Amino acid sequence: MTQRIKRLLLQYGPLLVTFAVFLLIYFIGGQLYPAMRKPQVFFNLFINDGSLLLVSIGMTLVILTGGIDLSVGGVIALVSTASAALLRGGMSPYAVIPLMIVMGVALGALMGWMIQYLKVQPFIATLMGMYFARGMAYIISLTSVTIKDPVYKTLALTPIQIPFMSNAYIYPTTLVAPIMLLVAVYLSFFTRFGRTIYAMGNNEQSALLMGLPVPRTKVLVYAFSGFCSALGGIVFSMSLLAGYGQFATAMELDAIASVVIGGTSLLGGIGNVIGTLFGVMIHGAIVSVLQFNGTLSSWWTRIGVGVLTLIAIGIQSAIYYRKKNS
Amino acid sequence: MKSMTFLTRIRTSRIFWPLVAWIIILLFNAIVSPRFFELSIMDDAVYGKHLYGNLIDIFNNGAPLILVSIGMTLVIATGGIDLSVGAVIAISAAMGTVLINPALGQKLISNEILTRNATNTPLPIIILAILAAGTICGLWNGILVSRARIQPMVATLILMVAGRGIAQLITGGQIMTVYYTPYFWFGNGYILGLPVSIYICALVFFLVWLLVRKTAIGLFIESVGTNAKSTYYSGINEQNIKLLAYVVCGICGAIAGLIFSSYVHSADGNNNGLYYELDAILAVVMGGTLMSGGRFSIFASVIGAVVIWTFTVTVYALGVPANALLAAKAVLVLVVILLYSDYSRRLMNRIFERRGPQHDAAN
Repeated sequence: MTQRIKRLLLQYGPLLVTFAVFLLIYFIGGQLYPAMRKPQVFFNLFINDGSLLLVSIGMTLVILTGGIDLSVGGVIALVSTASAALLRGGMSPYAVIPLMIVMGVALGALMGWMIQYLKVQPFIATLMGMYFARGMAYIISLTSVTIKDPVYKTLALTPIQIPFMSNAYIYPTTLVAPIMLLVAVYLSFFTRFGRTIYAMGNNEQSALLMGLPVPRTKVLVYAFSGFCSALGGIVFSMSLLAGYGQFATAMELDAIASVVIGGTSLLGGIGNVIGTLFGVMIHGAIVSVLQFNGTLSSWWTRIGVGVLTLIAIGIQSAIYYRKKNS
Repeated sequence: MKSMTFLTRIRTSRIFWPLVAWIIILLFNAIVSPRFFELSIMDDAVYGKHLYGNLIDIFNNGAPLILVSIGMTLVIATGGIDLSVGAVIAISAAMGTVLINPALGQKLISNEILTRNATNTPLPIIILAILAAGTICGLWNGILVSRARIQPMVATLILMVAGRGIAQLITGGQIMTVYYTPYFWFGNGYILGLPVSIYICALVFFLVWLLVRKTAIGLFIESVGTNAKSTYYSGINEQNIKLLAYVVCGICGAIAGLIFSSYVHSADGNNNGLYYELDAILAVVMGGTLMSGGRFSIFASVIGAVVIWTFTVTVYALGVPANALLAAKAVLVLVVILLYSDYSRRLMNRIFERRGPQHDAAN
């Protein structure tokens, strides 16, 4: 029995710790600031961090293969600026949204192709993607472009009442990230694609020798990350109703930190997207605690995220070290 | 090796590709805007007579990147990576400007005090504090990597995320502007008509070169990068070698921060040294040092950094807005990727080595 509990703890340890840290931060926040106990504050986590959650989901799968995607923040900026400019030009939003998604997927697939077939370091290839996307956003417009499209406005501003709760609401755009999370959970746990990702992350050579479609999966993973980033960009531009090249600066760092806090190893092969959800929620919880405090400044978010990353890594290395030696 | 022709020796040299890239960019400038190479002597009221022109600007503005690339080369040569140099630049810049601030330690703060051309802290102490800040950052990274055995990318990611927060914490979240002219000398001053920053770069380069080429440390670093375990079994303290590399990188970042803040007369925790880590890594990769570690050349990395800045100044000279520079840089990275890919190397080998057995240029 103890043996079984031990194994369970080893397997889900990082996830449980992440969950506990989230509860702890939220609980402390609730004790300090009674207003934080309102259910709306909890839903605000999803409203405010929707795009971060989206890019982190894509990032998780990329990191699980042992790669990294630095381009996500740039893609968000590019998608928001491009869609704002197209909408200003009078294009229908029903054409703009698919177009933006195609753009994100294409950019992701291109980077994946370079990584797989030109044997470029993921770091360098996606760095190019980031420079390219952000630069293109500035070429489209040097200043912020506002969105006045009615469809975007309705999607962004229609509150949806949460059933059985008074005064708690979300927006239609908030739903995108949780749906994507379910898709990612399905993809990573119940499909061959997901199995291949984990196999690649553990040992790419042996995955290849087992006959798994490694090259195809690698390109697809980066394309999926591009897809998530494009969705994130659309959600981001809807929530701010604007597009600007300076949006989501350094969001790739927040996403990587969230993934690591969520218990995914940057070496690949270990971790899952559910942990990432809590990683992102921890980020949101820190931000809301700071907001409720009012006197603490925004830079404490960064320091807090840094410290939590350190703790997460400490726990990971402790647990995996034991796992190796047991 | 004896049969190597002169041509092959040049081609396989580490600085060949960065030099080719630099010459291509300079040739492009020579054709498109010949005025690019103009050098004139300017008589400045504060700093005296000095040379003025795009070529000088490349070295003056590129000095922080050159410095950071020197440190980054050592770290990458040990098989590591330091993502935090941009944050270290921000921290050290914040450190310097806060100490200069004449209102430091005074209760009554007025605008008149804040904008005074004076400081309560002696300049040597300010410089020492900046260097100390960089050393501490380097030690932190080095200890996490060498003692706690955390993967370098993750270990330095922590400081990369938290560092900008720390920099803002130091300056109190403001963009600190200073008015103390002696401090500006590092970024704006001239010795014998050339910018001070060039001399600082040369000095740092010389010191690091002495460290790695005139002692065994350079060999140890290459050995750690090639195979850390076998280095350990050979009786070399690989932990301390790694630690040293990160500390040198931290100090280089601090000097870069000093020049940076001195050049712009201010420190901004959010934007100082933004993307410098990425540019520095690019410079090192262009210099032919493998990201997996092993053999390295500091000089090649310096040329890589100069290429990046020449490219930047060229793009500015063409009238491209500063923000759109990123897109142009993406093209540069793409070209580097294509040039350095195995495929193009094989192609080059096939062109140059018609006789003799074919082999992949693995180095």
